[in-house]
Amino acid sequence: MATPLSIEAASHEPETEEQHQYLSFRLGDETYALGILGVKEIIEYGGLTAVPMMPSFVRGVLNLRGRVVPVIDLSLRFARQPTVPSRRTCIVIVEVMVSENRQDLGVMVDAVNQVIEILPADIAPSPAFGTNIRTEFIDGMGKVDGKFVIVLNVEKVFSIEEMALIGPLHEALPSLQPAAH
Amino acid sequence: MSLDPAIQTFLTESTELLEAMEASLLRLEDTPDDADLLNAVFRAAHTIKGSAGLFGFDPIVAFTHEVESALDRIRAGKVAFSADLGACLLRCGDHMRALLEHVRGGETLPNADVDGPALLAELQRLTGASVAPSQHSLPTPQPATTEQTAAPEAGESTAATDLWHISLRFGTEVLRNGMDPLSFLRYLNTLGDIAHVTTLLDAMPELAQVDPECCYLGLEIAFSSQADKATIENVFEFVRDDCRIQIIPPRSKVSAYIDLIEALPEATERLGEILVRTGALTQSELGAGLQRQEQERSADCSGDAAASATPLGAILVQQGAVESSVVSAALDKQRQTRDRKSEENRSVRVDADKLDQLIDLVGELVIAGAGSQLLARRAGQNELVESLSTLARLVEEVRDRSLGLRMVQIGGTFQRFQRVVREVSRELGKDVTLAISGAETELDKSVVERIGDPLMHLVRNAMDHGIESPDVRVKAGKAARATLSLHAYHDSGSIVIEVSDDGAGLNRDRILSKAMERGLVVQGTALSDAEVFNLIFEPGFSTADKLSNLSGRGVGMDVVRRNVEALRGTVQLESQLGKGTVVRIRLPLTLAIIDGFLVDVAHSHYVIPLDMMVECLECGSETRTVARRQGYIDLRGEVLPVLWLRDLFDIESDSPARENIVVIQFGAQKAGLVVDALLGEAQTVIKPLSKLFARVKGISGSSILGSGDVALILDVPGLMQCATERAHQEQISIRVTSATLDDTAPAVKTS
Repeated sequence: MATPLSIEAASHEPETEEQHQYLSFRLGDETYALGILGVKEIIEYGGLTAVPMMPSFVRGVLNLRGRVVPVIDLSLRFARQPTVPSRRTCIVIVEVMVSENRQDLGVMVDAVNQVIEILPADIAPSPAFGTNIRTEFIDGMGKVDGKFVIVLNVEKVFSIEEMALIGPLHEALPSLQPAAH
Repeated sequence: MSLDPAIQTFLTESTELLEAMEASLLRLEDTPDDADLLNAVFRAAHTIKGSAGLFGFDPIVAFTHEVESALDRIRAGKVAFSADLGACLLRCGDHMRALLEHVRGGETLPNADVDGPALLAELQRLTGASVAPSQHSLPTPQPATTEQTAAPEAGESTAATDLWHISLRFGTEVLRNGMDPLSFLRYLNTLGDIAHVTTLLDAMPELAQVDPECCYLGLEIAFSSQADKATIENVFEFVRDDCRIQIIPPRSKVSAYIDLIEALPEATERLGEILVRTGALTQSELGAGLQRQEQERSADCSGDAAASATPLGAILVQQGAVESSVVSAALDKQRQTRDRKSEENRSVRVDADKLDQLIDLVGELVIAGAGSQLLARRAGQNELVESLSTLARLVEEVRDRSLGLRMVQIGGTFQRFQRVVREVSRELGKDVTLAISGAETELDKSVVERIGDPLMHLVRNAMDHGIESPDVRVKAGKAARATLSLHAYHDSGSIVIEVSDDGAGLNRDRILSKAMERGLVVQGTALSDAEVFNLIFEPGFSTADKLSNLSGRGVGMDVVRRNVEALRGTVQLESQLGKGTVVRIRLPLTLAIIDGFLVDVAHSHYVIPLDMMVECLECGSETRTVARRQGYIDLRGEVLPVLWLRDLFDIESDSPARENIVVIQFGAQKAGLVVDALLGEAQTVIKPLSKLFARVKGISGSSILGSGDVALILDVPGLMQCATERAHQEQISIRVTSATLDDTAPAVKTS
């Protein structure tokens, strides 16, 4: 059974404040950031039920307090190696919009780091090339303590409509030719 | 569009009333003398008119008023109810519905009504009466000659006024009940002219104590109208219970006014003044009346006490204000209203969303309960297990009851077809009656809502293609009048709806030749009757040679099947040439819960809907070898194609040493599904899957087990289709006769 690891930080922040807070997490060797307002909670990895005939980046479904929530492997979504579950592997529950309905989606990541603050001034536009994930997935490059974190575009990365279109056969193609850049 | 909740209620109720009115009108065609039915129609129209008046929807009021007048003439026996009249009234009902739709859409009601006057003109012609369109708003007051106006008696003077006098004291709760006093006046004005209104604010407390939600108003109204007393009284029907209303007809005895003055809480002098001012009485009449009252009182003190104890009805009769028959009629009506009210009070309107939330919660409760039971069993605490199983039983009962809340009778849906059958049979020149049985059969509201369209297709199809014209029927030795029946019943956890006709039946050869023409069936294949009939559910299939605007375009039957399957149901068709056709739709009672059988493949749980499961077999190594080699096994002399769930789902793991076969059935097609382990029956709450899985075939949803794990629900028809497609793709020549192949997909070419 999945148990909540930490309570969502978003609710503690006054809503009037602009969104400068991001959840940073690790995927392989790279650090990514997600706007905190889209993050509902973070749970321990486990309790997944595989759904057959789905592209491999869909790891299955999860019972989140009575709701059945799909879980994706973000590394595979970026056409990389599958995430190997470890002690620090987490599932970040994000809220996405599917045709005007809110829906929860679990995102499997290697480790969750912390909630960081990145001011808009510190976010540089994403380079047209040079990153090894699809550029439309990137909102910008945030600079934290002299290092870059990739700020993800939640709408594009977690687009249910787009992911639903990817059949088990098609997804093999990008993984064969990773990062053509 | 958010409407005022009161208007929303008005719309809902009016729509229901229109439906009831339509049903009664249709029944009236068979029994034109049934006074109860006629009264029901009248009441419906009357209530709609009244409520519409309250909201100031004048076009509805004006139109309905004419309909009501026509109905009144029929009720009074002045005109006989005829089929044409019925048809016209039905169309009037449609028009009223259209007007209501305008309101629902938030549009302003069209002042220049297009269809209304034409309909009314026809109604007028049929009832042979001058339904003067402005009868309800006569501009000039005319001498009232209604029966309520008592002839002057000797020794008693009557007031010389032509005006009604209405004395109103609204109850304090009127505003809270959603009534606007002004709207009553507005509505009253549709019946005549308000000559004078005096507002009394005597009941108003000190400003500091005024509750803004309370109504403290009193009205004294002088009113000129040709309407009778009952009509005027009915204006105030909605506030009658908590208001004091007194209506004095024109030319009443002065004493009636005096009594009114006495009865009212305000000071006598003041009221007298008001009456004079409103023109009800002249000063001298008032003076004489008061004096007379005084005299009577002093002359007979004991009689006064007796009089006060006499019921109001009796007093009214004594005074000759009303005839005793009128009183008893009024009392009857009151009783009826009260009966109806108590019946209404037995049902509660609840938002469907609230029910859904409740059912979701109860579903959670069941899951949580199963979880704790599992834990208790694991801990080996027998007492705890026992108490938890009691709890589980109760929870399950709660769940069944709450699911029962969503259950509605199918009768309402069936009833709609009376009208359809009637109209379509006219259009086609056929004589068809609709027989309905099992109308009280209950099923989930969401299923009822979605079954209307498929049924409509089936009914129209049966009437267009199935049922012959009267002369053909007579030639065939059948009764000229055909019967189409809708029948519903419960059968082992599902509901069955049958649409049957005694028409020509399906022509097997014609269907087969059409199917070959279209390449749906390969020449020379032997198909059973059921398989042939099932062809008509194929997309684009139509045997009709000429298109009619009803059916024959080949859309319909495949839509029917798709709609029914979307509800996890099945369609079957039986037909006998010359005798008729039966279409049988089998539906689950609810979409929220599924009776399933739990199986395990590669440590994942899957639920097979129990109603699609026939039996379980052990799959020993010998059977397995045979099945692997030839793709089917011999099940007691029957050929059973075998599907490996592991292969179908591309699960990469080794099969265990022992496997099991679950025999599943969809329609007439059986198949053996090979799984790792059988885990037993389970009743589970269906959880919809994310849109992410929209393209997955063979899985219809998910469910949460007592252990907290998610189990996927297998979509048996989808699995079979999937298997058929794969077989097709891989060009595997299955050495099976077509008779055992999936009859829902006869398009498969067999070698």
